[in-house]
Amino acid sequence: MGAVDLGKFGFFTSKLDAAIGWARKWSIFQYPFVTACCGMEYMATACSHYDVDRFGAGFPRFSPRQSDVLFVVGTISHKMAPVLRQVYDQMCDPKWTVAFGVCTCTGGFYDNYATVMGIDTVMPVDVYIPGCPPRPENVIDGLMKLQVKIERGEWAGATGVSQRPEELAVPHTPNAHLA
Amino acid sequence: MTPQDILNHLGERFQQYTLGSHAFRGDATVTIRREGLLDVARHLKEEPLLAFNVLMDITAVDYKTFDQVLFSRPSLTTPSPLPFFMTSKPVADETPWHRHAGEDQRFEVVYHFYSMPQRHRVRLKVAVTEDDATVPSLTPLWPGANWYEREVWDMFGIRFSGHPDLKRILMYEGFEGHPLRKDYPVNKRQPLIGPKN
Repeated sequence: MGAVDLGKFGFFTSKLDAAIGWARKWSIFQYPFVTACCGMEYMATACSHYDVDRFGAGFPRFSPRQSDVLFVVGTISHKMAPVLRQVYDQMCDPKWTVAFGVCTCTGGFYDNYATVMGIDTVMPVDVYIPGCPPRPENVIDGLMKLQVKIERGEWAGATGVSQRPEELAVPHTPNAHLA
Repeated sequence: MTPQDILNHLGERFQQYTLGSHAFRGDATVTIRREGLLDVARHLKEEPLLAFNVLMDITAVDYKTFDQVLFSRPSLTTPSPLPFFMTSKPVADETPWHRHAGEDQRFEVVYHFYSMPQRHRVRLKVAVTEDDATVPSLTPLWPGANWYEREVWDMFGIRFSGHPDLKRILMYEGFEGHPLRKDYPVNKRQPLIGPKN
């Protein structure tokens, strides 16, 4: 292009994918699947003090068909897991999943007959936000990481494989306390 | 009535059913035989001096492994120069422990009652054996007993005869066993979807 400054002419060029990704990342329609105490911290994040509307994520939809991002907020029991999976299956592609709180990431301090040891055993997960509960800053950090993924057009549901971070790869040893 | 008065009242009236009783820091506890549960419960509700019109809670205890540990290891690995059996055990309060039921009676079903007019409480325990883990239902007397008894059935596998709809309330259909029993394996998982352990 050399010396020609396209900005002067009042238009810009871009790849279509990049433009769509840019648009998507600033209009996150989220579905909060709130089952436990993390929900309080989710509400604190969603309220005006932290202003998630900066990221275009201030508008929760309570129908999976209208939403892009599934926020799984709180402990998931084995009884609830099929419901969660059905909600996920009802969402339209592309769709993203956020595991909010350490219970959804790894099972947290629960290791018993009732609790799912991380929702990535049930469905693909894009972003893990550990914490019990995570602070709003933590959530916003996860939201920004999610935006990066959305902008690149990556979503875990495309491959069905979720990348659990090393720090959260807790070995499932129910008898660890007896050793 | 004071807790001791309640115990005296019940002890005189239902001497043939009572296995034991104690009052500790304002909590009155009576352990009775299973045969007398309906009589005692009806009396608790209808006697004006007692008037226990609220059934606050029903739960159960599994004594299968109770008192079988001779000494307890320290739960934290503290850097003590002494071996664990020489370090002093934490001493509990001087709590009077009363297990009135016999050794063969594995379970105790525990009822908590409250009286709104009299403003007093009582705890009723019913001893149950493992082979015949059945207790008469209190749903006809207190309709609120319905879900409590379903929960006890779900968690401990104690049946309530005369219950209108005795089925699981917390665990799902197809769940095998009763998770709060002491012989339920601690690492047994029964997921509906996802990997099996």
